[in-house]
Amino acid sequence: MKKILLSHIFLLFAIALIAQDRGNVLIKGGTVLTITKGVRENTDVLIEDGKISKIGQDLKAKSGIQTIDAKGKFVMPGIIDAHSHIGIDAVNEATSPVTAEVWVGDAIDPYDVSLYRALAGGVTISHAMHGSANAIGGQCETIKHRYGTEDPEILRMKDAPRTIKFALGENPIRVHGEGNRITPNTRMGVEQVFRNAFSEARAYRQSWNDYNAGKIAVAPTYSLRMETVADILDGKIIIHCHSYRADEILMLMDVCKDFGVSKLVFQHVNEGFKVAPELADFGAGASVFSDWWAYKFEVYYSTAYNAAILTKNGVLTSINSDSGELIRHLYHEAAKSQKYGDLTDNEALKLITINPAKQLGIDDKVGSIEEGKDGDIVIFDKHPLSIYAIAQKTLVDGIVEFDIENDAEDMRVYINPEAEIPAYIQEEKHDHDRCMQGVYESVFEGH
Amino acid sequence: MKTLRIYIVIAFITFCGFNAHSQLIGKGSNETIVLENAEIHTVTNGIVQGSVWLEKGKIKAIGEVNAPADIKRMNCQGKRIYPGFIDSGTSLGLKEIGSISLTQDAREIGEFHPQMDALTAVNPNSILIPVTRVNGITTVLTVPEGGYYSGLANLINLWGYTPNQMDANFKGLVMNYPSTGKRGWWDRRSPEEIKKESEKALKKFDTYWEKAEAYQELYEQASGEVVYNPELEAMRMAVEGKMKVLLECNSKEDILAAIKWVGDKNINAILTGVKEGYMVADSISKAGIPVVTGPILAVPSRSSESYDIAYKNTGIMQKAGVEVAIRTDENENVRNLLYNAGFAAAYGMGIEEAVKAITIVPARIFGVDKMYGSIETGKVANLFICDGDPFETKTTIEQVFINGWKIPMESRHTLLYDEFLERNPGLQNKK
Repeated sequence: MKKILLSHIFLLFAIALIAQDRGNVLIKGGTVLTITKGVRENTDVLIEDGKISKIGQDLKAKSGIQTIDAKGKFVMPGIIDAHSHIGIDAVNEATSPVTAEVWVGDAIDPYDVSLYRALAGGVTISHAMHGSANAIGGQCETIKHRYGTEDPEILRMKDAPRTIKFALGENPIRVHGEGNRITPNTRMGVEQVFRNAFSEARAYRQSWNDYNAGKIAVAPTYSLRMETVADILDGKIIIHCHSYRADEILMLMDVCKDFGVSKLVFQHVNEGFKVAPELADFGAGASVFSDWWAYKFEVYYSTAYNAAILTKNGVLTSINSDSGELIRHLYHEAAKSQKYGDLTDNEALKLITINPAKQLGIDDKVGSIEEGKDGDIVIFDKHPLSIYAIAQKTLVDGIVEFDIENDAEDMRVYINPEAEIPAYIQEEKHDHDRCMQGVYESVFEGH
Repeated sequence: MKTLRIYIVIAFITFCGFNAHSQLIGKGSNETIVLENAEIHTVTNGIVQGSVWLEKGKIKAIGEVNAPADIKRMNCQGKRIYPGFIDSGTSLGLKEIGSISLTQDAREIGEFHPQMDALTAVNPNSILIPVTRVNGITTVLTVPEGGYYSGLANLINLWGYTPNQMDANFKGLVMNYPSTGKRGWWDRRSPEEIKKESEKALKKFDTYWEKAEAYQELYEQASGEVVYNPELEAMRMAVEGKMKVLLECNSKEDILAAIKWVGDKNINAILTGVKEGYMVADSISKAGIPVVTGPILAVPSRSSESYDIAYKNTGIMQKAGVEVAIRTDENENVRNLLYNAGFAAAYGMGIEEAVKAITIVPARIFGVDKMYGSIETGKVANLFICDGDPFETKTTIEQVFINGWKIPMESRHTLLYDEFLERNPGLQNKK
């Protein structure tokens, strides 16, 4: 019985691998913004079997390989969004302050047209995150924008490390303290949720170790929640923590130090600039908005210079979208770091390429144009930090997923035959806390 | 020893003084000044090389000016000067913090409250205002929300210590044409339910207007001797066509219905929102109704629509002959007006027309083009100096003038940058 099951699993796995296309393409004569190895004028990039195999001048492609003329254009690595909620149809499991057992990977929605819109803005990878209703939320999924498939499995970036959403401040306090009258009702309570969960998980792991070593006779009760938290303590999962205020950021770093956890990225982290030296010292990442602020009290004392201050203080920094709108122009959001803090072109571009790749633990595969890395590329008509730049082609694993010359108006994968006319949506305004999606709209019709 | 202690005390006081000051925005100064050697983007008369002479809050002369030698000069060699940018739809001054309702004054209770006057609730000391104006945005329409007849929007300049000092002399009645669309992705109503509800809403919307018309007639017949009714009183000017009506409508169906609704009446209308204007641009153009559209940085209103259609919408309408201004529909990030216009420019509108859509076009639509919207002699001295294309993020907006006042180029955001770029004390490890 077990054998049959296993062979079925292998078969499924094999199908998934076959279905996952890998392209061969030669991109000729562009200005290549490698990110890690400088800007190379009039340079070719050869992609074979989905990987960048060669970068240089006058490269020859084998016959039959598609050639893209990039003369006068700008070739850069596919943009990576370290914080989004597109391509999934559930965001918040807002039923407990700790829900480490749930996984966004179970809710991938390959039909979401936002994936195509993101590709049209040059974004090839996004970090599909659980929401911020819980202090310890669900596990997240790093997805590749292989749009057009109907198979959720194909969107998963299988070799990406596991990540989990944590949340500090107003959101978990509002949902659990104000909403359900349970801890956390304050930032003090939030700290204790972490300390309790970490301590419990440590004891849980210890009791399993004892059982496996024959020290105790009865097996402990299995808990996927505790297994997951224990994996965090063992460094197998990267924490991505929704955060705003400086004090709470310091708190989580202290908790992590006490439990020996070092893989930590702060999300939003609007007041990160206030504790930039401490973040750099810990080695924590910061994934920030370019300019969002004042939509709630904990972001009132913010500055759009956040990314620049963090970068100049040596913090590994990225700029994210947290929005199906913003994700379409992350290149422009990165460009704002030049208005707010005069970052260089390469510093600005790193915020949306190699830096988020490092924060997701995938920088050995993506985030720069280097031989051996994935063929994730976007070609712009003008320098991507110019407001007038428009993405022309976006490639994932060497496959052209977006081509402005072949861009049909209606790009939905699945059209509901029951829908008479496409539904018009009145307002997407004040879309500021997508992180709270699934928590309030049923009650308040939205925000 | 004693002197050392005194020095320390003085140093400490100076340090504290500096810190306390860093949370405040400095004073402005009302300047008589000649901005020399600039590339002047007048908007209405092309690009002129030379000077702009500001005096008593107005533009006194442009080009080769004959200012007396004792007047202050600023060398603008290699710089550009633009008229202050105008955002045609924001809630600036009315809202402070998004999630805290007690800091929000845009939305009254009820469906009909046309007498609510936005200018009353504008907070001149909102911390959001300096954050906005240092980007060259000198003037915004601030708009009340909610219900079918929301109240009176007001054009304000982003400088002044009282709402009256900020008033830029335009008021318009804000009305929301009943929507036949979904309210958001969470809206689970069936098409039938939506239709039924919008028909009911439209009836209310119509009846109220008829009431206002009847009131106006009565008012005239009785020479003003009528029972006091603040709502209907506030609408008399709009009913007479003397006050402009800002009519919000977004879906194709609603835009067409709103045009028809306006056509039957003596209304001086401006369509706002107009998200799907590109679908019916010719109809809008034929009706001759001006449009305020935005945000430009938005997703398409239907999943079946092209990814970049919200970027293109403004340009498509403008090319069809519609007089179209751009709004952000924002609050804390009205500063992104520049980039909303920049995207419209990139996606078909072109830079020149996009600049007009945030300067002279809104000034004309709001009937204040004798005062605002371009650099011309006699107009209000709302302008800014920058070192390049203001739509590009690399460009620095160096100095803003509003009503001739030289504005401190500071905001909470710049002050925090100054304080925290090199934090002192820096890292100090415990124990």
